[in-house]
Amino acid sequence: MPSIATIALIPLLPFAGFVLLGIFGRTALKKPAGYLGTALMLASCILALYTAYGYFFDFGKIHGAYQKLVPFQMTWLEFSKDVSINIGFILDPLSAMMLVVVTFISLMVHIYSLSYMKGEERFGTYYAFLGLFTFSMLGLVLSSNIFQIYIFWELVGVSSFLLIGFYYDKPSAVAACKKAFIVTRFADLGFLIGILVLSYYGGTLDFGTLIARLTDPSSTQMQAAVNASFLGASALTWGAVLVFIGGAGKSAMFPLHIWLPDAMEGPTPVSALIHAATMVVAGVYLVARLFPVFAISVPGALHVVAYIGVVSAMIAAVIACTQTDIKRVLAYSTMSQIGFMMFALGVSGYGGEAGLGYSASLFHLFTHAMFKALLFLGAGSVIHFVHSNEMKDMGGLRKLMPVTHITFLIACLAIAGVPPFAGFFSKEEILLAASRGNTGIYYMALITSGLTAFYMFRLYFRIFWNKEAGHDAHHGKEGGFALLFPLVLLALCAAGAGFIPFGEYVSSDGTPLHSEFDPVFSIAPVALGVAGILLASWFYLRANDRADRVAASLKGLYTAAYNKFYIDELYLFITKKVLFNLVGRPAAWIDRNIVDGAVNLVGNETVAFSKLIKKLQSGKVQQYAIVFLGGVLVLAVLFIYIWH
Amino acid sequence: MNLLYLIGLPVLTAAALLLARSKEQVRWISFAGSVAQLALALALYFAFRQERAAGNTAAMLFDQTWPLFKSLHINFHVGVDGISVAMILLTSFVVVSGVLVSLNIEKMTKEFYFLLILLSLGAYGFFISLDLFVLFFFLEIAVIPKYLLIGIWGSGKKEYSANKLALMLMGGSALVLVGLLGLYYASHGGTFDLMELSHLGIPADTQRILFPLLFVGFGVFTALFPLHTWVPDGHSSAPTAGSMFLAGISMKLGGYGCLRVAVFLLPVGAKEYANIIIVLSSIAILYGAFATMMQKDLKYINAYSSVSHVGFSLLGIGMLTHTALTGAVLQMVSHGLMTALFFAVIGMVYDRTHTRMVNDLGGLMKMMPFIGTIFFIVGLCSLGLPGLSGFVAEMTVFMGSWENADLFHRIATITACMSIVVTAVYILRAVGKVMMGPVTNPVYLTLKDANWNEKLAAVILLAGILAIGLAPFWLNDLVRPATETIAHQILQVTK
Amino acid sequence: MMEPGLYQILFISAALFFTGVYGFLTRRNLITMLMSVELILNSVNLNFIAFNKYLWPQKMDGLFFTLFVIAIAAAEAAVAIAIIINLYRSHNSIDVENAEDLKY
Repeated sequence: MPSIATIALIPLLPFAGFVLLGIFGRTALKKPAGYLGTALMLASCILALYTAYGYFFDFGKIHGAYQKLVPFQMTWLEFSKDVSINIGFILDPLSAMMLVVVTFISLMVHIYSLSYMKGEERFGTYYAFLGLFTFSMLGLVLSSNIFQIYIFWELVGVSSFLLIGFYYDKPSAVAACKKAFIVTRFADLGFLIGILVLSYYGGTLDFGTLIARLTDPSSTQMQAAVNASFLGASALTWGAVLVFIGGAGKSAMFPLHIWLPDAMEGPTPVSALIHAATMVVAGVYLVARLFPVFAISVPGALHVVAYIGVVSAMIAAVIACTQTDIKRVLAYSTMSQIGFMMFALGVSGYGGEAGLGYSASLFHLFTHAMFKALLFLGAGSVIHFVHSNEMKDMGGLRKLMPVTHITFLIACLAIAGVPPFAGFFSKEEILLAASRGNTGIYYMALITSGLTAFYMFRLYFRIFWNKEAGHDAHHGKEGGFALLFPLVLLALCAAGAGFIPFGEYVSSDGTPLHSEFDPVFSIAPVALGVAGILLASWFYLRANDRADRVAASLKGLYTAAYNKFYIDELYLFITKKVLFNLVGRPAAWIDRNIVDGAVNLVGNETVAFSKLIKKLQSGKVQQYAIVFLGGVLVLAVLFIYIWH
Repeated sequence: MNLLYLIGLPVLTAAALLLARSKEQVRWISFAGSVAQLALALALYFAFRQERAAGNTAAMLFDQTWPLFKSLHINFHVGVDGISVAMILLTSFVVVSGVLVSLNIEKMTKEFYFLLILLSLGAYGFFISLDLFVLFFFLEIAVIPKYLLIGIWGSGKKEYSANKLALMLMGGSALVLVGLLGLYYASHGGTFDLMELSHLGIPADTQRILFPLLFVGFGVFTALFPLHTWVPDGHSSAPTAGSMFLAGISMKLGGYGCLRVAVFLLPVGAKEYANIIIVLSSIAILYGAFATMMQKDLKYINAYSSVSHVGFSLLGIGMLTHTALTGAVLQMVSHGLMTALFFAVIGMVYDRTHTRMVNDLGGLMKMMPFIGTIFFIVGLCSLGLPGLSGFVAEMTVFMGSWENADLFHRIATITACMSIVVTAVYILRAVGKVMMGPVTNPVYLTLKDANWNEKLAAVILLAGILAIGLAPFWLNDLVRPATETIAHQILQVTK
Repeated sequence: MMEPGLYQILFISAALFFTGVYGFLTRRNLITMLMSVELILNSVNLNFIAFNKYLWPQKMDGLFFTLFVIAIAAAEAAVAIAIIINLYRSHNSIDVENAEDLKY
C-alpha cells in the first residue's frame, strides 16, 4: 500500500501549484507558469496511477472483494463526540477510478492549454485556477466524510466560477459564472439539508459508519430514520432525495441544468475539464458514493434518480439537435450523457448481478470522460482555428485540420455507440441494465441514444464537411504539438477504453461482476445509432436545405427546442420578477420605511413634544418670578391648611 | 498572565498619543500600540492554552479581584474563558488593521486615534470583566467614541447617523442597566459578580422579567431584529476604521453580552424566550439577505449583510444547544474578521474611486488585482465558502440547530440555510459589478493598487480568516469548553 | 420709648419683602430688579435676626445665616452686575425685555 504521503500528494501537488501561481503567477512565475503547473500535474497523475494500480492489482482486494480503505483521517471540526467533520482519504474502486480520470484529464488539459492559452495576459492565474480546481476535485473524490465532500463540492463550485469567469471583462462571462454558481448553490442548499438530515439520524458524518447504520434495518438509527416521516415520506427518503438534489445541480440534471450551456463562456480547455469530464459528474459520484443507502434503504429515492436522469437525457438530446454553437451542442450532449449515468444508477440494484447498472454507470462515466474531453479539446482546436463558436462559420475543415478531424471522428463514433469504440460498451451495459430494471426507461434511453448519434454527426458533418466556409490556407496549420498530443492520446483512449473489463474492478459491492457481451441485444441500439448517423449525413454531409425544410415543418417543436424549451426564461421570471420585485424590493422598502420609520418616528415624536413644552420657557424673567411666587404661595397654603 | 496588561496597554497608548507632537508620531505610536495589543492577545491565547493543557479546569482563568466599592460589594473582578479569549483575539486583529487603514487620516489625527484606542480599551475591559458593574462601565466606554468617530470623521448624513447610533445604543444600555440592577437586587447577597450570580439560582419569575431586558438591551448592540436600523446608517456614515470597529468589535459586545450575561445568568428566561429569539433571528437572516440584494451602496450592502450574518449568532444562541452556542461564538469571531476586512476593502475602493455606488463601479480587477482579490475572497467568506471562516461558523450553527428535533426548530434552521443562496446572489452581484465586467469609467484606468499599509491590514485580517477556515479545530477547542459551561446551565434547568 | 417687639419687626420685614417682590415683578430695569432682590434678601436677614433674638437668644444660628446671606448676596450682585454689563455691551440697554433672546 502506498504511504499516506503518496496519497496526500495527489491533491496537494496541484494545490501547491495554486498557491505558488496564485501569489507569484502575475509576476515572478508568469513565464514558467504553464510548465510549472503541468509538471506538478504530471507528478500528481503518476502518483494517482501508481495508487490506483496498487489498489486494483495489489492491496485493494481482500477475500475476493475490493475493500473500502481509510488510510488517513483527522478531526477537522468537532460538533459533538460522535459527529465531527473529519478530513481523510478513502480508497475504494470508485475513488481509485476517479483519481485516474481526474488526474489524467486534468493533465491533458494542462498540456493542451500550454498552446491554447499561450499569450493570455493572465496565463499564470489560469494555471493557478486549474490547480485549485484539480485539488478540489481530487479532495472531493477522496472524501471519507460526507461533510468533507460538501467542503470540496463548494470548492469545485468556486473554481468553476473562477474559470467560467476567466475573461472577466466580458459581461456574458460574468453573467454565466454568476449563474453557474448561484444555480449550483441553490442545489447545494438541498445537499446541505440532506446532510443535516442524514447525519442527524445516522449520528455520524463518516461515510463508512453512516452507510453501515443506514442500511442495516435492525439498527436503531435506521429505524428512527424510517419511522420519522414528513409530508408522507420517511426522513431517510427526504435525506436521500435532498442529497440527490445537490448532485443534480452539480451534474446539470433537469431542471437545474440551465447553468451548463452558459458555462461554455469559459476557455474551451476548462469546459473540457470541468464541464465535461470531471466536475459535472460529481453528482453521479455522490449518488454512487451513497449508493448502498439509496439501493437498500430508499428505493423510492432511487426512482427519482432514474426518472430525473432519463428525462434530462432526453430533453438535452432534443435541444442539442437544434443548437448552432458547437460548444453548446457539446454541453447539451454532456447533460444527456450524464443523464444516462444517472438513470443507470437509478435502475440498478445493490450487489451481484443486480448491480449491473452501477458498474455500467461508472463505466460510462469513465469512457465519457475520455471522449467528451476529446470532443471539447477538438472543438477548442477548431475554435482556435476559425475564431468562432458558430457552425455557420465552419465547414469543410477536414483537409485543413487532419489530426483534429480524425480524433473528432473517433470521439463522435464513441459517443454514438458504434462498436468497437469505448462508448459502445458502456452504453450497451447501461441499456442492458435499463431493460432489466425498467422497460419504460429503456425505450426512452433507446430513442435518446439514436438522437445522440444524430446530433453528434450533425456537429461533425457541419464542422468538417458541408459547405466550404471560405477558410483558406492562410490560417496556417492547426496547432502545435502541445495542442495535438492530448487529442491523439485521448483518441486512443476513446477508441480502446471499452475493452477494459470494468465490472471486474468497479461494482456496487466490491465483488467482481462478469458482464458478457450479448450481440443480439446490441442490434437495436447499434441500428438506431447507425440510422442517426445516416440521417445526419443525409441532412448535413453536403450543403443543402433539407434540414431547414424539416425544421420549418416542425416549426413549434423546433422553435421550442431551439429556445431550450424556455426554461431559462422561466427561471429569469422567477428570480427577476418574483424574488427581486416581490421579495427583495419589499424587504428593502419595509426596512427603510417601516422598521426604520418606527425608529425615526420615536425620535421625531420626542422632538415634537419638546417643541411643544419649550414654549413654557419664554425668557421673561418676571414671568418666571410670578409663577415661582404663585407656586410658593400655593405650597404654603397647602402646607399650612391642608397637610399640617 | 496578568489581564490588567490588556487594560493598561491601551491606556498607555492613549496617554502617549496625548503627548505626541506630530501626525507622524501619532501614527507610529498608534501602530506600535496596536501591534503590541495583537502580541498581547496572542500571548494571552498561548498562555491560556498552556494553562488548560496543564489541567486547570476552572471556568475562568487568570482571575483577579480588587474591591472597588466595599459597601456595595462591587469588585474589580477580571478573568477569561475561551469565549473571552476568542473575542480578545478578534478585537486585537481588528484594531491593528483598523489603525493601518486609517494612516491617511489628516483631519484631527490625534483625536481620531485617541478614540480608536479608547474604543479598544472599552472592548478589552468588557471582555475580561467578571463583575457586571465593571462590565457595564466598559460597555459605555465603548459607545461614546463611536458617536464622535461618526460625527466628526464621517461622511454623508453623519450627524443623523451618529445621533441615531448613539441614541439607540444608549437605549440598549439603559435596558441593560435596569437588568443589571434587577440582578443585583435579585441576588439577595447583593452582588454584581458574574460567577456568584450564576450559582445563585435566581427565581424563575425574576428571570422572566430580567431576561428580556438584558437580551434586548445587548441585542440592540448586535443588531437584533427589528432594532437593527442603526447598523446601515451608522456603517455607511462612519469612516473606514469606524465601520471596521463598529462591525468587528462593537457588534460583538452585544453578542457576547447576550451570551455571557443574559443566557448564562438567566437560563430559565432564555428557555422561555428562546422561540422568540429564534423567530426574530431567522427573520433577520433571510430578510436581511433579501434587503441586501436591493442595496446600491457597497457599505449598505455590507451593513445589511451584517444584519443577516449576525442573525446566525443570535440563532445559535436561541437554539441553546452546546454546538449551536459554539457556532454562535464562532460566527461572532468569523463575522468580526470578515466584515472588518470587507469594510476595509470598501474603504480602499472608495478612497480611489470616490464612489461606493455599485452601478458606477466596474472592472476594477484590472487595475487593482490585490484589492480585487481580497474583495472576492471576503465575499466568498461571506457566502460561506469552505476554507474560509464563514463556512465553519455557519455549519456549526446549522449542525447545532438541527439537534433540536421538533418541526419549529427545523423550519427555522431551513429558513436560515436558505440564506446561503440569497447571500450568494448579492455577493456575486457586488463582485460581478464592481470588480468584473468592462471598466465603466476611463478615469479608473489610472488607479493604483493597494499600498503597503492597506496590504498589511488586509493580510492580517485574511490570516485570521484563513486560520479559522483552514484549521478550525484550534478555535473550536478554545470555545467549546466555555460554551459547555453555558449549555450546562441550560441543561440544569431542563432537569 | 417702647422697645419694638417681634411682631413689629416681622411686620417691617414682611413689608420690605413684598416691596422687593413688587419691585422685582414690575421694574424693567435690571439694576432696579437687582436692588429689589437685595430688599428681599434683607427682609430675610431681618427675620433671621429677629427670630434669633426673640426666640432663642442664647443661640447664634440666626446671625450665622445672616452672615451667609450677606456674603452670598454680595457674590450674587457681582455675578449679576457682570451679566448686566455684558448685556449692556451687546444690547446698549439694560432692559429686562432684551434678556429674552437668551432663551434656548
